[in-house]
Amino acid sequence: MTTELLIWLIPLPPLLAFFLIVLFTNRRKALSHTIAVGAALLSWGGSMVVFWRALQEGAHHLGAHPFESAIDWLPTGGSWFRIGVLIDPLGAAVLFFVAWTVLMIFLYSVGYHNFGQPKGDHDRAGLPPHGATVEDEHGHKHTVPSIEPMYSRFFAFIGLFAFGMYTLVVSDNLLTLFVGWEIMGLCSYLLIGFWYGKKSARAAMIKAFITTRVGDVFMLLGIAYLYAATGTLNFRAIFTEEVLHHLAAEPSGFFGLSAAGLIGILLFIGTVGKSAQFPLHVWLPDAMEGPTPVSAMIHAATMVSAGVYMVIRIFPLLSAGAEHGHLTTAMNAMAFIGAFTALFAATIAIAQNDIKRVLAYSTISQLGYMIAALGIGAYVAATFHLVTHAFFKALLFLGSGSVIHGVEHGVLHTDDHVDPQDMFNMGGLRRKMPLTFWTFLIGGFALSGFPILTAGFWSKDEILADAFGHGHMAVFITLAVAAFLTAFYTMRQITLSFFGEPRTKAAEHAHETPWTMTTPLVILAVFAIGYGWVGIPEQFPGIGGLIPNWFHDWVGSTLLHHPKAVEFNIVPLLTSLGVALGGLFFGWLVYRNIEAGQEDPLKKPLGPIYTLLQNKYYIDELYDLVFVKPAMWISETLSYQWMDRGLIDGILHTFSRAAYALGGVFRNYIDMPIINGFGDFVGEGVKKLGRAFRVIQTGRVQQYMVIALVLAFGTLFYYLYNWMIP
Amino acid sequence: MEFISSNLLTLILFLPVLSALVVALLPSEEKKLIRWVALIASFLPLALTLFLWFEFDASKAGFQFEQQVTWFEAINSSYHLGVDGVSLTMVLLTTLLTPLCILASFSIEDRVKGYMALFLMLETGMLGVFLSLDLLLFFVFWEIGLVPMYFLINQWGSEKGERELWGGVKVKARTYASFKFMIYTMAGSLGLLLAVQLIGVVAGTFDLTQLFQIWPTLTTLDNIGPLGLSVGTVKVIVFWAFVIAFALKVPVWPFHTWLPDAHTEAPTAGSMILAGVLLKLGAYGFLRLVLPLFPAEAKTYAGALAFLATMAIIFGAFSSFGQSDFKRLVAYSSVNHMGFVVLGIAAAAYAAGTDHATIAMNGAVLQMFNHGLSAAGMFFLVGVIYERTHTRNLDDFGGLFPLVPVYGGILIFTSMASLGLPGLNGFISEFLVVRGAWPVFTVYTALGMIGLLFTGAYILKGIKQVLHGPLNEQWAFGEHLLTDIRPREIFVMAPLMVLMLWLGVWPAWLLDVINRAVEVLF
Repeated sequence: MTTELLIWLIPLPPLLAFFLIVLFTNRRKALSHTIAVGAALLSWGGSMVVFWRALQEGAHHLGAHPFESAIDWLPTGGSWFRIGVLIDPLGAAVLFFVAWTVLMIFLYSVGYHNFGQPKGDHDRAGLPPHGATVEDEHGHKHTVPSIEPMYSRFFAFIGLFAFGMYTLVVSDNLLTLFVGWEIMGLCSYLLIGFWYGKKSARAAMIKAFITTRVGDVFMLLGIAYLYAATGTLNFRAIFTEEVLHHLAAEPSGFFGLSAAGLIGILLFIGTVGKSAQFPLHVWLPDAMEGPTPVSAMIHAATMVSAGVYMVIRIFPLLSAGAEHGHLTTAMNAMAFIGAFTALFAATIAIAQNDIKRVLAYSTISQLGYMIAALGIGAYVAATFHLVTHAFFKALLFLGSGSVIHGVEHGVLHTDDHVDPQDMFNMGGLRRKMPLTFWTFLIGGFALSGFPILTAGFWSKDEILADAFGHGHMAVFITLAVAAFLTAFYTMRQITLSFFGEPRTKAAEHAHETPWTMTTPLVILAVFAIGYGWVGIPEQFPGIGGLIPNWFHDWVGSTLLHHPKAVEFNIVPLLTSLGVALGGLFFGWLVYRNIEAGQEDPLKKPLGPIYTLLQNKYYIDELYDLVFVKPAMWISETLSYQWMDRGLIDGILHTFSRAAYALGGVFRNYIDMPIINGFGDFVGEGVKKLGRAFRVIQTGRVQQYMVIALVLAFGTLFYYLYNWMIP
Repeated sequence: MEFISSNLLTLILFLPVLSALVVALLPSEEKKLIRWVALIASFLPLALTLFLWFEFDASKAGFQFEQQVTWFEAINSSYHLGVDGVSLTMVLLTTLLTPLCILASFSIEDRVKGYMALFLMLETGMLGVFLSLDLLLFFVFWEIGLVPMYFLINQWGSEKGERELWGGVKVKARTYASFKFMIYTMAGSLGLLLAVQLIGVVAGTFDLTQLFQIWPTLTTLDNIGPLGLSVGTVKVIVFWAFVIAFALKVPVWPFHTWLPDAHTEAPTAGSMILAGVLLKLGAYGFLRLVLPLFPAEAKTYAGALAFLATMAIIFGAFSSFGQSDFKRLVAYSSVNHMGFVVLGIAAAAYAAGTDHATIAMNGAVLQMFNHGLSAAGMFFLVGVIYERTHTRNLDDFGGLFPLVPVYGGILIFTSMASLGLPGLNGFISEFLVVRGAWPVFTVYTALGMIGLLFTGAYILKGIKQVLHGPLNEQWAFGEHLLTDIRPREIFVMAPLMVLMLWLGVWPAWLLDVINRAVEVLF
């Protein structure tokens, strides 16, 4: 099979799985998950083959001659809009991590939704399973986790989700990329609201869809503009010197931006929505309402990565017109929003107690890193962090799901109804769930950038080095502070969950999760460590150059001009060592001895700031006041009641009332007196006349004869008289 | 065979009215027989249209399958039919939706005979507008379509509800709605008739193929115009008369308030055909008559039209979001979606001759077809749940998904098509319109995005209120137990859903036909 054909086929198995499950197998749980996992396996296999063949091509050859193939899709006047697939070095790198994480998440879902467990006692579609009562051989009754009532549906949805992501990755143009993008949006909506019986889930699903849609409509405009300006949406056709130069030179007529600048900003707003950057970040923490594999899908492997992937893809456009060391407006905007978001979200993460919410804010913060990196032109570093982050964040989300699952087991077992997601209800889990603990530790250290060993260190260090090396000091300092906070809240999370002694009965009876859940953790942990080694800078003291810096060569060759690796400098290295180790140390120091029922030790010293952070700077409340409520008012009152019902219908009713009144005038002053009056006058007159003549109607023939004769002679005489005397 | 292919359009046009006669002759108490006869009869025009579709040669310019017979010799009006890619698309939509509407009407129990006969008559009226190549004929069919629809709303519309007029005067909601629909359209028709007459007198013919040649370049009057009017004045009068008539029908904001009333009060199938086809008559008028006959005037006023379209997109979405009545919510979505059609038409009028115009027009025509599918589907789904619960109030539903999983899936699918989700049909057409309109009316297109955002909001509101959330217990037990969608109802939805998906994934089969016709037109 040719590689191009194979690339076309990669997204299809999960889509097929979606249709098969929805239409045929939705009542058969085992068959449904077999189809879904099998489909994910097929796509994974295809992706690996494509990745292998890409490696065979070599970075520079593939950069210049990527795998591509296209077909006619939309007739537009005399020409056709073509769609197709494209795998260049960047695409191959992304395809690799997407395939792995998607497969792991599919496998994990089997265990997470309690496959093999009995049906719940009171479980209902639309609500999380509540547990089932079983009797063991001694006659003791236990409550154990019960299987998800909508088990098959979950696999259908994640199948469609995977289709969306694969479509996005293999697309050679912005339009089909957007198709995959939006299909994922739909799936995230459906999956966040998977337990739609919960009010919070219902609100979260709509919030996620609408907030990202704000970004999407801008992106749609950007796509339309780009298409109108260049006549194509194909990446390789646009990213040529000639087209980029033309776009950078053409004014857009909007605040002095060039066409490239405006298009870049419009498209970037799409990413702000999808990758949850400030100010459109609000949906992502709420998206935690979905089942945990969904969180991992959305936050790590797929949807939010898609936003960053898109801006990496269009980087040549964003940087079009950038002189040496001088950033374009679009890049400045990205650097600012990315760095701000990185710090902003990290501060919120410090004050969250929900294990998944901490990760959600950490995701926002890390995505900010990537955006900021791209903003300062660190193309390779941004991509590197995208890939490593996908691995370790998927690991962390799945790990947190495993933790929650384990604690839930304890909750059911002991009937101690505590919130299984609150880290203050945990403690000491390292002994109960060793595999989860070790893998979570690896993920957490990678996120914190634990030196040398973890992948996160290498990618984060590269971003810091790039910011420092190119003199973007504001970005450098912001990101360094954020990195310190990241290490701090990560260690807080690890210490609260796994170290110390169990703080609740539920945590005491927590239980390691089944192999379907732990296997993905182990595999992802391997990548969370190992993937960093493919991108070690050549000049790194000691170990640099031992392994070639493959990643830089590989991804860099996607661009027309291969980016230069940044000069080595000891300052960013020391900074990144300092913030990572310092943050981890303080995190451990502050939280190592938390007793049951004790409140957060930071609460007292931080005072009102802690409350502010805990309430996420009150941004939700602000948006509700500024956007949601006015939108409701405009819709219900202004647009419908006042404009349509009041004004427009009012005018119509006035017309019809006037017509009605005019009709009344016609009737009362014209019809009735004049026309009816005349009619009546004629009628009545005839009647009167008839009555008057009645006297001669005697019925006697003789009289009639006399009258007739008199009249006849009278007439005759009259004529004779006239004739004779002219 | 020979007879069929040489009289194809006439057969398609008059088979429905013949079927209506046959239905009228059946005994009234044989409801089942009437329904099935009507259904089978309504498949004949569809079959012939499919035949027409495959015989139609998209690569040829101009009208095909033309048929011309002298009609009013004295005033040079003839019975002249023909199709090009645009009208063919609309004919396909009409003949496709009618059988589905009739199937959807199988639950009608009251005066079935009259209902079915009127419905078939309505089909002829609509088809006539799309097929006519003679202005007078166009007008006749334009009016014919009105009458059955009036009676369908007035007699078979929803029985509940009242509408206050003024000073406490109240009328039945369906009486109000049918009257508003009738009067509004008649108001437009008045000008239309005048315009048609003026053209006839001035140009000496009603034949469209001839008018396309002579009318746009007409600078002097051969026949002295009535009342001694100059060419310019005649053109302005005719232009505005056309625009108003078609704008009322589309409807263009702010002439849209008849629509939510009529759509809400009409019987389910009536709403389906109203939203599915009748609204398209107005848009079709724009692109068949206004743009080709008045290119210069259309260009001058395109900006104003684009403004109104943007208002429709924005405020249609807002008003839809503000509804608590499910059917009215869907009705307002038509205002929003038809706004895109009008925006595309306006962009094409302004930029005629460019690529932007072709793309915008492709989008507009495809959007007409797509909206026909999704709006009909949405109205039907509202009808399905209304038949079971006898309420349309969104607050009375809630959490119904576990009770009606199949219905829920279909509702989400259709809603997403209506929302314009990529991968389904609505996206392609909306994208093409946005793409075509952006370089022409940049600000309006950008503002239209507010509407697109709120399209999401109202669609999700509908899904949330009906399917999601805690289960409203009254539908879960006893006599009110909600039953899932029945096979007959799935048969109505299935073809629509297949087309929505097919057009979303592979739009070229339809778009190619449209594209070639549009290229010839502009």
